[in-house]
Amino acid sequence: MSGVPSREVARRVFAAEYNDGSHTFKESDDERAPLYYLLPTGERANRVFLVGTLTETEDVGEDSEYWRGRIVDPTGTFFAYAGQYQPEAAAALRDLSSPAYVAVVGKPRTYETDDGTVNVSVRPESISEVSAGARDRWVAETAERTLDRIEAYDDEANEYGRMARERYDLEIDQYREAVVAALESLEQGDELGGQETEPPA
Amino acid sequence: MSDVRTHAEEISAQFSDHLDVSVDEIESELRTLVDDYSVPLEEARRSVTSSYLDDAGMDRDELAPGGSESTVVGEIDTDEQWVDLEVQVADLWEPGHDSISQVGLLGDESGTIKFVAFDTSELPELAEGGSYALGNVVTDEYEGDYSVKLNRTTTIEELDREVEVGDDGVAVEGALVDLQSGSGLIKRCPDEECTRVLQNGRCSEHGQVDGSFDLRLKAVLDDGDRVQEVIFDEAATASLTGIDLAEAKQMAQDALDTTVVEEEIAARVTGRYYRVYGPEFRRYVLVDEFEELDGAASAEETLIRARSI
Repeated sequence: MSGVPSREVARRVFAAEYNDGSHTFKESDDERAPLYYLLPTGERANRVFLVGTLTETEDVGEDSEYWRGRIVDPTGTFFAYAGQYQPEAAAALRDLSSPAYVAVVGKPRTYETDDGTVNVSVRPESISEVSAGARDRWVAETAERTLDRIEAYDDEANEYGRMARERYDLEIDQYREAVVAALESLEQGDELGGQETEPPA
Repeated sequence: MSDVRTHAEEISAQFSDHLDVSVDEIESELRTLVDDYSVPLEEARRSVTSSYLDDAGMDRDELAPGGSESTVVGEIDTDEQWVDLEVQVADLWEPGHDSISQVGLLGDESGTIKFVAFDTSELPELAEGGSYALGNVVTDEYEGDYSVKLNRTTTIEELDREVEVGDDGVAVEGALVDLQSGSGLIKRCPDEECTRVLQNGRCSEHGQVDGSFDLRLKAVLDDGDRVQEVIFDEAATASLTGIDLAEAKQMAQDALDTTVVEEEIAARVTGRYYRVYGPEFRRYVLVDEFEELDGAASAEETLIRARSI
């Protein structure tokens, strides 16, 4: 398997965690080495996969089209930006009408504002409309993956857990709470669905 | 159980197909040597084994070392193991050498494995499609591929039930995160032996050719931990996307561009979750069957897990 660069896996992370980080790094001096974003729960992410509700799209470009999409999950909001170098994703944001469930494959990008805070966004490789069922599956899956990271956070051998402890001053339990809230929101969704079908009293 | 008894049972198993001797008889012979003549047990075993080899007219290397183990073909991962299998003869091939009497594929529910039988073993022939209990076959390894060799000590018993043959398939689940180049409506080299995918109308082997259209997807499934490349052939692509080869050709003709097919398919499948099933080929899984996954089936268990951390 050596020689062929393997494709980077797409991490699953809730917006609440995703937006809390700031640190990016490379693992070699090679100019083309992959850029990683350090997740607060201690994992490197070169790519992410997320599914949520597209609530708003806006062309925020000045000279050329530059589309911003707000994508909401049960814990917060992802921001996706696509311009002329992501023509397919930009076209998707232009054409989709919100609200809609969308799946986004993309790369984490960080941007430091004038006041020194770091904003984390997604540069999409693809955006596509999906079903509510796919959204629910993503929430359950992202919950699992987040718990995996939380459980491995303090492991001796977990170098990204150690990096996160060094780089970030964040309370990890808040992400476990976010997982609980996200999963509870699925259950409530089910209950609401059930009530709708009940006959009026 | 005493050591002597264990050895006696093992020897008995080694000769069970060749001699009619009881475990008690063997044990008593071993005990005479060990107890009365103070021969070490290993040496006593060697001596007793030798006398039985003479009785059976066998060579020592025909003897199964310590008896063989019952297994399935998919579990075979060690060289020179003696095993018993219950298999169906899935395929018989033309023997490539005079010394080989039969060569082909044996299968059970775990998959298939190559087998070879030699002329010198003087075994009855296996029939294609027949199901057999094979005793005392030897595993063989060549460049990471395993096969089994039938030999003079191999026992062959025809079964009156049919052994089902599995297809070595694997199941993979994940979100479809990318379609790779070479997906959608493609053209292949018309040479029947070749069928390479053409690049700009050229086959890397046969040069400029008039290609024939095909429909396939090279997709990436990603479960957040690992990625797996999978290939949907024409039939699987049509069933996945609702676009068959004829429709794909029409779409390309209308747009004067073949890439519209991939774009349309990408919009229909990207970001959705699938479970696919099929055999592995190089770094790909070739999709035989698939289903779309949705809904949060395991959410309740995950919630319990989240609350217990």
